Formats: sequence, structure tokens, C-alpha cells
Amino acid sequence: MTRRAAVLIAVVGLAAALYLSVHRRAARSHPTDFALPAIILTDLSGQTINLAGYEGKVVLVNFWAVWCTPCREEIPQFIALQEKYGAHGFQAVGISMEDPEATLRDFCREYKVNYPIVMGDQKIAEAFGGVLGLPTTFLIGRDGRIHARQVGATDFPKLEREVTGLLQSGH
Amino acid sequence: MMTLKMLLRRRRLVLLPMAATALLATLPVRAQSAGRDGNPSKTQPPAAELPPGSPALMRPDELAKAIESSRAAKPVVLNVGPRLIWVQAHIPGAEYIGPTASPQGLEKLRSRATSLPRDSFIVIYCGCCPWEHCPNIRPAYKELQQMGFTRLKVLYIANSFGTDWVEKGYPTAKGD
Repeated sequence: MTRRAAVLIAVVGLAAALYLSVHRRAARSHPTDFALPAIILTDLSGQTINLAGYEGKVVLVNFWAVWCTPCREEIPQFIALQEKYGAHGFQAVGISMEDPEATLRDFCREYKVNYPIVMGDQKIAEAFGGVLGLPTTFLIGRDGRIHARQVGATDFPKLEREVTGLLQSGH
Repeated sequence: MMTLKMLLRRRRLVLLPMAATALLATLPVRAQSAGRDGNPSKTQPPAAELPPGSPALMRPDELAKAIESSRAAKPVVLNVGPRLIWVQAHIPGAEYIGPTASPQGLEKLRSRATSLPRDSFIVIYCGCCPWEHCPNIRPAYKELQQMGFTRLKVLYIANSFGTDWVEKGYPTAKGD
């Protein structure tokens, strides 16, 4: 009886250890109750923008940096999306993470960035559930909800399908 | 008719393999890149590219185990990435150096490392961007290698610190 109890205790203990080792690594996701934050930001041209003021539009928020090569490579494609869908209710916003302002200005001038670029900080990153790697891009529907979050390189054909879908659906 | 003894023996036959399987499942996969104690080997590869699989690399699960273990020698963990990521989340006990893509960052790394014995177990990490694009990790590795550190490891973060450390549930601290 004692031996049986010991075996059972060992099995239960090991099963518990196995369960904990798997479940302690539960993934953190972006906040489900997300709303575009009412944070006032000043872009490079000196214009103040309030992200909450974009509600009703399909908004793309791209956390990036000039020092980040894959981030830089994506910028021409965001410019193209803004050019193509801006008149239909699409708005891109770039949030630079730790670029010297002069470097950022030079880059934006050279690439003719056609959407607001602001200097990022901890507050804005945390308003999006934390930005712990670049590039990180959020696509927010007209309803103000996050529809997609991409950490790493953007799949642009997929993004464009999502943008057009959101522009048409009203969400 | 089956006696109670026979029944218990049969159950034991079933339970013991189950217990062994559960035990094996809880054991972490041993690192190919590390020695038996989880510490780096003495041979260091050239700083050139640090490709995935390089013996200089340490996996996140290996480092998490090393810093959580009460027995293993704790490495000196140095962060060479952007402050905006550090303040949101970093490895507990790590020290902030700053981006070593810049000469100022490299100078900070040099001045911090100067006082360390050359056989210190050091782990450097960044996680700002996908591995092959990180501008900080290779200059930091090269610098410490040139300074003569023999037990130097680089935390292999394939995608980002968020994806490969925080979202995996490894220990995380916040703030300065």
C-alpha cells in the first residue's frame, strides 16, 4: 500500500511539474480592450496629433527606427500605402524608437515620408501593450480595435488585403 | 480471478513508464553549444557573423535556467540594446550598457568590462530586431573578444526580446 501511494504521489508530482513547465510560458498578447490612446504627440513638422483623433479611420502604427535596417526597408511601402489609400480613410503613423532627431529628419526628407513621424517613448510603447522588438506594426480598424499586430518584417501583400478589407467593411 | 496483488503489479507496470516519461519531459534539452555545466566552452569563434548554431551562442532557455538556478554560477549579463526596450522589460540582474552600434556604447562596454576578470562568465544580449539585422550584438561580441574574455556567450534572440524571451515566460524585470 505504501509503495502504491509513493508511486501515485510521484506520478502526480511529475505531472504537475510537466504542466507548470509548459504553462508558465504562456504567451503575452496585446490588450484586448485596446482603444487608440488619447496621447498628444508632436510630429517632425511640429504638428500635434492625437491618435484617438484618428478613430473612424483605418490606422497603421509602425514602431521603427532609422538604425534598424529591416525597419528602414519597409518605409517606402508604407509611403505607397498612404499614397494609395489615404483618400479612402487610411492613415499611417510612424513612431521612431531612439533615433537622434537630426538623423530622423534627414531620413524622412530623403525618403519623402508622406505621413506623420513622431519620436517614441515608453508611454506610447506601453499604450500598445509594449514594444519589445522592431519593427512592430499595428493595424487598427475604424472601430478603434487592433486587427493585426506584426513583430518583425511586414508581409505587404497580406497587409494591403487587410487594409482594403477594413476600409470596405467599416470595422 | 485477479488478486489485489496482481492488480497492483499491473498498475505499477503502467504507472512506472508514465512516471519515467513525465520525468523526461520535464528535463530541458541540453544545449549543444554549452558545456555540461551550461557554461561556454573555452574555444571562441571569430566575431564575424555569429550564425545560428555558432558555439558562441546561448539559447534563451539555457540562460533562464542559469539565472534561476541556485547552484549554477551566475553569469554577468550585459544588455547592449536600446533603452526604450530595456525600460519596458529586461532580464533580472542584467546591467544596462546601451546600443553598441555607436562608439559611445562601445566605450561604455569597454569601461564596464575592464574591471572584470578575463575568465568571467559573460552573456551579452540585445533583441532589438531580428537576429541577422541586430546592429549591436556583433560589435559588442567583437569588442569583448578582443579584450580577451574567454567565457563569453551571446544570447541568441532570433526575432525580438519580446517574442523570444518575454512571451516565452522567462523571468523579466521592468524599469531602470
